[in-house]
Amino acid sequence: MSEVLVLVDEIGGEVKKVTFELLTAAREIGEPAAVVVAAPGTAAKVKESLASYGAAKVYVAESDDVAAYLVTPKVDVLASLVAAKSPAAVLVAATAEGKEVAGRLAVRTGSGILIEAVGVESTGGEVVGVQGIFGGAFTVKSKVTKGTPIVTIRPGGVDAVEAQGAAAEEIVEVPAADAAKATKITGQEPIVGGDRPELTEASIVVSGGRGVGSAEKFEVVEKLADALGAAVGASRAAVDSGYYPAQFQVGQTGKTVSPQLYVALGISGAIQHRAGMQTSKTIVAVNKDPEAPIFEIADFGVVGDLFAVAPQLTEEVGKRKG
Amino acid sequence: MPNIVVLVKQVPDTYSERKLSDSDHTLDRESADAVLDEINERAVEEALLIKEAQGGEVTVLSVGPDRATEAIRKALSMGADKAIHVSDPALHGACLLQTTKVLAAAIGKVDSVDLVIAGNEATDGRGGTIPAMLAEVLGYPQLTHARKVTIDGGAITVERETDAGLTHLQANLPAVISVGEKINEPRYPSFKGIMAAKKKPVDTLTVADLGIDASEVGLASASSAVLEATPKPPRAAGQRVEDAGDGGSKIAAYLVGEKLI
Ligand SMILES: Cc1cc2nc3c(=O)[nH]c(=O)nc-3n(C[C@H](O)[C@H](O)[C@H](O)COP(=O)(O)OP(=O)(O)OC[C@H]3O[C@@H](n4cnc5c(N)ncnc54)[C@H](O)[C@@H]3O)c2cc1C
Ligand SMILES: Nc1ncnc2c1ncn2[C@@H]1O[C@H](COP(=O)(O)O)[C@@H](O)[C@H]1O
Repeated sequence: MSEVLVLVDEIGGEVKKVTFELLTAAREIGEPAAVVVAAPGTAAKVKESLASYGAAKVYVAESDDVAAYLVTPKVDVLASLVAAKSPAAVLVAATAEGKEVAGRLAVRTGSGILIEAVGVESTGGEVVGVQGIFGGAFTVKSKVTKGTPIVTIRPGGVDAVEAQGAAAEEIVEVPAADAAKATKITGQEPIVGGDRPELTEASIVVSGGRGVGSAEKFEVVEKLADALGAAVGASRAAVDSGYYPAQFQVGQTGKTVSPQLYVALGISGAIQHRAGMQTSKTIVAVNKDPEAPIFEIADFGVVGDLFAVAPQLTEEVGKRKG
Repeated sequence: MPNIVVLVKQVPDTYSERKLSDSDHTLDRESADAVLDEINERAVEEALLIKEAQGGEVTVLSVGPDRATEAIRKALSMGADKAIHVSDPALHGACLLQTTKVLAAAIGKVDSVDLVIAGNEATDGRGGTIPAMLAEVLGYPQLTHARKVTIDGGAITVERETDAGLTHLQANLPAVISVGEKINEPRYPSFKGIMAAKKKPVDTLTVADLGIDASEVGLASASSAVLEATPKPPRAAGQRVEDAGDGGSKIAAYLVGEKLI
């Protein structure tokens, strides 16, 4: 079976959930080979978890340059592996950085690129990417006709399933950066996640909209989220009104989420909001306007005041957890 | 005095319905209203702010069908100096690689470019890859997802903001940057600006003018191909209840039934 390269997304030795989704997807089309391009010492920390999601191989490309230059060290390593190993495909997470790595790799290797896939399949020996476009209104299947298929996969698009892999290590060199063409990283301030799961990785998301009314009152949303072990999201109107920080915006110009459960509180359900959440498995909405479009896509809707309904739900969830 | 090229793209207005054409699965551009992409307005604004502070010239570049002239006019009426519009039926169905190649060739037509400014992601495709791909083709450093840009002589520094947090970047010009939603508030074109825009030069080019053979671009030679496209059945509305003091409990009961809690 041919190899499928999976670029590992990690922070400080902790593997992001999307990497496990990528390894799961890779098993559909070949044998997953995880590629760790990171600071020295990282592979030792991540190897075991990569093995538990079926990585047959782990390519270890460690260098201090990885944290010193933007994007290009990862492209350099993947390009050298594409040349040396002729993989069946390269899978990269469709994060801001992942899309850039994939795009540059496509140029460098003269390959076609499929963006924001929610799955990959193998049809007659060809790699086919499944994409949802226009906010999920169309399902599209596409393939690459030149070079090595490079596919970016949307976080949450594939359900991660464990499988044992050998995780055989192989050291790969990180080519020296060309300082003239490269972009230096002079400082980094990672987002401190807090205790809640990350929005695009969470299996439950509770979002608040303009109906929440103020930054203080967003507490109602947060309390329900914490009871459910969920991430907190917000509509653009809530973000623009200063109720909640922009990094939590869900929708066309915010994050795309696809959790098991999405709870919308005081959100009307504008098309741009729906674009970021309508592929959620189950949608629950609370809105005091019975005409709100969010009800058109909600599996369970309550017409009522969120300040009455949400706290009651929080309490019920708390009781069940005992 | 930086010479700046701003990349602008006409996108279907998300308030109107977007469709794929039945014949070849490309975007049915006629079925939707088209507007200058919101983030691109910020790219134009950033170019104008740099020009106002440091001089130089701002060239708008768009690769797209005839209708893209509306987006170009808007950028010119905001204050850009001139424009290049690459419009060619051969480009129908172009893939990301081909679009990047055409953009790079058109940038090559502008004298001594110091800075290329794009939006970080267009609202139609959610790609967010073109600026990085362009940097790769041009061999320029990429400073993308900027929320702040500072140019000092031949050096450029950018505050990059993504999901992962803030990253401080530094490189030498010429460079490609992309700007995010939060970088600035785009100006409205003034009446004077709108009148002046009508007289500004727009160079309309075909791919042949860029030294690219028509057979190298477009659907037939694209590096990816759509095999099938199926409209998803719209999500059906489920149950809906009026809150009679027990709305929260009813949701809880529903979630238990669905094994979600
Ligand atoms: C190019 C573009 C991109 C966009 N991108 C995004 C995006 O990424 N994400 C996004 O969300 N939007 C986006 N928008 C904006 C979008 O069009 C809507 O304006 C926005 O989603 C509305 O947010 P909302 O539902 O919170 O506010 P509103 O539409 O004002 O709705 C508030 C709702 O709360 C209800 N309500 C009020 N009080 C209560 C109460 N006490 N209890 C229960 N219900 C209550 C009201 O009935 C109403 O339905 C975009 C727009 C454009 C043009
Ligand atoms: N056809 C095009 N013409 C001009 N600029 C483009 C074109 N396609 C993409 N861009 C630029 O690249 C940015 C990102 O686009 P995308 O990678 O498609 O999300 C846009 O905001 C534009 O600035």
